Amino acid sequence: MARLSLKSVEKVYGNKFKAVHGINLEVEEGEFMVLVGPSGCAKSTTLRMIAGLETVTGGEIHIGDQVVNDLVPGKRGIAMVFQNYALYPHMKVHNNLSFGLKLRREPRDKIASATQEVSGILEIEELLDRLPKQLSGGQAQRVALGRALIKQPEVFLFDEPLSNLDAKLRASMRVRITDLHKRLREEGRPATVVYVTHDQVEAMTMGDRICVMKDGHIMQVADPVTLYERPANSFVAGFIGMPEMNLAEAVLTLGNTPELTIAGQTIEVASELAERLSGSEGTVTLGIRPQHLTVEPENAAGAFSGEITNIEFMGHEVNLHVDVGDNPFVAVVQSDRIDRQLRRGDRVALRPVGSKIHVFDAMSGENISLNYSNN
Amino acid sequence: MKQFNSLQNTASQHEKSAHSEASSRRRRNISAALRYSLLAVFGLIMVYPLIWLVGASFKSNSEIFSSPWFWPQEPTSQGYVDGWKTSTPYTFGHFFLNSMKIAIPKVIGTAISSTLVAYGFARFDFPGKKILFAVLIATLLLPDVVTRIPQYLLFRELGWLDTYLPLFVPQWFAWEAFFVFMLVQFLRAIPREMEEASRVDGANSLQTLIFIVVPILTPALVSVCLFQFMWTMNDFLGPLIYISTVENYPISLALKLSIDATEAFNWNQILAMTVLALTPSLVVFFLAQKSFIEGISTGGVKG
Repeated sequence: MARLSLKSVEKVYGNKFKAVHGINLEVEEGEFMVLVGPSGCAKSTTLRMIAGLETVTGGEIHIGDQVVNDLVPGKRGIAMVFQNYALYPHMKVHNNLSFGLKLRREPRDKIASATQEVSGILEIEELLDRLPKQLSGGQAQRVALGRALIKQPEVFLFDEPLSNLDAKLRASMRVRITDLHKRLREEGRPATVVYVTHDQVEAMTMGDRICVMKDGHIMQVADPVTLYERPANSFVAGFIGMPEMNLAEAVLTLGNTPELTIAGQTIEVASELAERLSGSEGTVTLGIRPQHLTVEPENAAGAFSGEITNIEFMGHEVNLHVDVGDNPFVAVVQSDRIDRQLRRGDRVALRPVGSKIHVFDAMSGENISLNYSNN
Repeated sequence: MKQFNSLQNTASQHEKSAHSEASSRRRRNISAALRYSLLAVFGLIMVYPLIWLVGASFKSNSEIFSSPWFWPQEPTSQGYVDGWKTSTPYTFGHFFLNSMKIAIPKVIGTAISSTLVAYGFARFDFPGKKILFAVLIATLLLPDVVTRIPQYLLFRELGWLDTYLPLFVPQWFAWEAFFVFMLVQFLRAIPREMEEASRVDGANSLQTLIFIVVPILTPALVSVCLFQFMWTMNDFLGPLIYISTVENYPISLALKLSIDATEAFNWNQILAMTVLALTPSLVVFFLAQKSFIEGISTGGVKG
């Protein structure tokens, strides 16, 4: 296993379109790195550049100590799992698994034992003599996983491998892949993984660290907890978390009593937070997660009042949609703690948990409240 | 009483609906019967010359023109026996072999070269690709006749006259734009991931082509081979131009030979040998029918 590093990597297409803007990323040996972002954020392009399926038009990609920019995919020590499995349709499962080893001219007994071992790990022994068209989606994906595993590569690359599966199977494959990663680590042969997905649940549950991308730029690289609690900017804040973080334009006034004003309503800012915000007076973006809002009677002090536009009963929780002026807010409330008499059109107040407030620069979107403790 | 009435009513309603169902079924049956008999009649008209050909090859020479009916009154295999001997020192089998000497290298060369060229156009980016592909397609529209004379002069200079080389060597260089185009279209419909997976597995472009692309392309390749085989067996003009010795004649010329050789044509012999000449193409077609139909029908649409 090896570490992977991207240094100022760029991708400019023939038509001058710049897809990747000089990104830097370090993936440690044995680390599970997830690239996540909305569609078109160049996460797949980045992965394909690491794989060698796209040319790198600027910067360097290192796998271990080697610059691999000009190496063909087969020489990079990588294995890749594709979204639509990409199994060879005319080969039986065991040939699909061993194709890479045969190309490397490995001895036959070694190929046989490797096939045996991998099919044991992935529980596909009874599928070895089938053709890909005789497999279900989940089975095909396990074979695709086996094809990567059998090569014992330096780096595993996953390109949205679960998005063709149904929700239930996706959840079980998610666990299977993370278990496999842990198991390899415990067996002393840790696997370096780069995993591309657009699904934040996959990202949060699988990644040791997550790299959030947008329009060919890296927005933040951090572990799931940091990403959730200390988002570096309003994009990451809005992208990670369900329902997404409430973001609203606010006016920050610092002085004797530091205040935030939204739609003419003002709340006081805790002095600890105000200290961090010094010099940022004026228009800012306020961010607060739906889980960090409490519902109070209208006009409660230190809360924003607004009108309920929708009530979504989710079972153990209720999503309360409230318009504060023109700003739509969502509050997530435990269903046993909410007043069941509330109806659409009623007015309530939302009180942010003071220490959980994020303040972002209105122009750059950067989190200017980041330096204060979230605890 | 009321109840009884209503029962009667429902019974008659049932009867009515059963009636209408039966009549509509009858109408459907009649229309189907009409359709199929019409199709059968036209199909028979189209295929009758072929049936007649087979029947007439078993007739005696005098009977052939006496009745348009295909069934021979006194079946005889004399046409086959005499026809096989031919009017030359060689048997018809010799000419068969000659045809194979052209067809086999031609078919193999076409399949290999067309696949290579199509793979290049479908999967690689290189300068001038668009123009080159346009030129390739343009040659589809070029009438054969235009190139005959320059080609003849060229092959004469090379000293290839009266050999089979002019008949199959051009095909080793993806000479048939139609096949290249067909394979390109087929390749475009195949997702690239499998080839990418094989590159990640360590295969180079040629290995990817041989181990991954060609097996997937098989239906299209079968069609290419089949077309080329049938066209070669039917080709008359090519051998006529380049082959001058009877010893080297393929079937198409040998058949013509039996018409030229004598003044009173032995039609039963000619017809018998025509039937034999048709056989290889038909056999190959029926052997490869499944792949062939898959190949031409999924060329542009398979996802």
